[in-house]
Amino acid sequence: MTDTITQAAPIVPSFNDEGTDRKLAIICSKGSLDMAYPGLILGNAALGEGVEVHLFFTFWGFDMINKKTMGDLKFTPLGNTATHMPQGLGGIPGVTHMATSKLKKSLEELAIPTVPDFLEQIVASGGHLWACRLSADMNHLTAADLYDDVEGIISAADFIELTEGAQLLFI
Amino acid sequence: MPTTTINGHEIHVDDEGFMTEYDEWTEDLGKVLASQIGIDMTDEHWQVIRFLREDFREQGETATVRRVQTAGGVPPKRLFQLFPQKPAKKMSYVAGLPKPHGCV
Repeated sequence: MTDTITQAAPIVPSFNDEGTDRKLAIICSKGSLDMAYPGLILGNAALGEGVEVHLFFTFWGFDMINKKTMGDLKFTPLGNTATHMPQGLGGIPGVTHMATSKLKKSLEELAIPTVPDFLEQIVASGGHLWACRLSADMNHLTAADLYDDVEGIISAADFIELTEGAQLLFI
Repeated sequence: MPTTTINGHEIHVDDEGFMTEYDEWTEDLGKVLASQIGIDMTDEHWQVIRFLREDFREQGETATVRRVQTAGGVPPKRLFQLFPQKPAKKMSYVAGLPKPHGCV
């Protein structure tokens, strides 16, 4: 063998198998379709890197784990200047429906799972889902109303305790 | 692009050690790559690796954990058991493919 850049020891990627002690806490506080995805995508990506992931659903984010709403989140251009549409259009009946369908279609084309499917994948990958106690009380919801894999309805203090040392994302 | 010699096979790899030439890979080599990262190949591992190879040939990119589930029929839970902690990277390494680029 004459190749001069051949390495003596094989080059093998380091997968850091001793395990990482990295922990990620994601607070999902939004109930619109577009804002449901950032937390799901980042949480899922972190799990794939061997990071311990906890998602805490609070306020409008409760819609992501409420069985009645989780499959039916909506997207509206109203108040969202990033759609670059005239704001008046957003208030016209049917526009939210149309925008939602369009966004769902784009996500589907990219093979991005629906919110319930995404949660299922996150749990199957070892992620933890937690519901906010105050949000449950305010909406008169119990564990029976929530996605089955939510591990518990816990207080804000419980969540802070649970995620000691974690990096935190508020969405 | 560096080359590296693993168990007598000289292969082209990127800086991290992922193979860069699709056709340099063989199942024998896959077995050696797996052992380099502490994985003992079983039929179930092979099912995933063969799917990845086939899918890459058709799609031109490495399947993600999501795609191995939806198109390959292997659930994420199982993938995390077969290729612990970092399934997407580990399975692509063993399959002699680049790391997946997809976010999901």
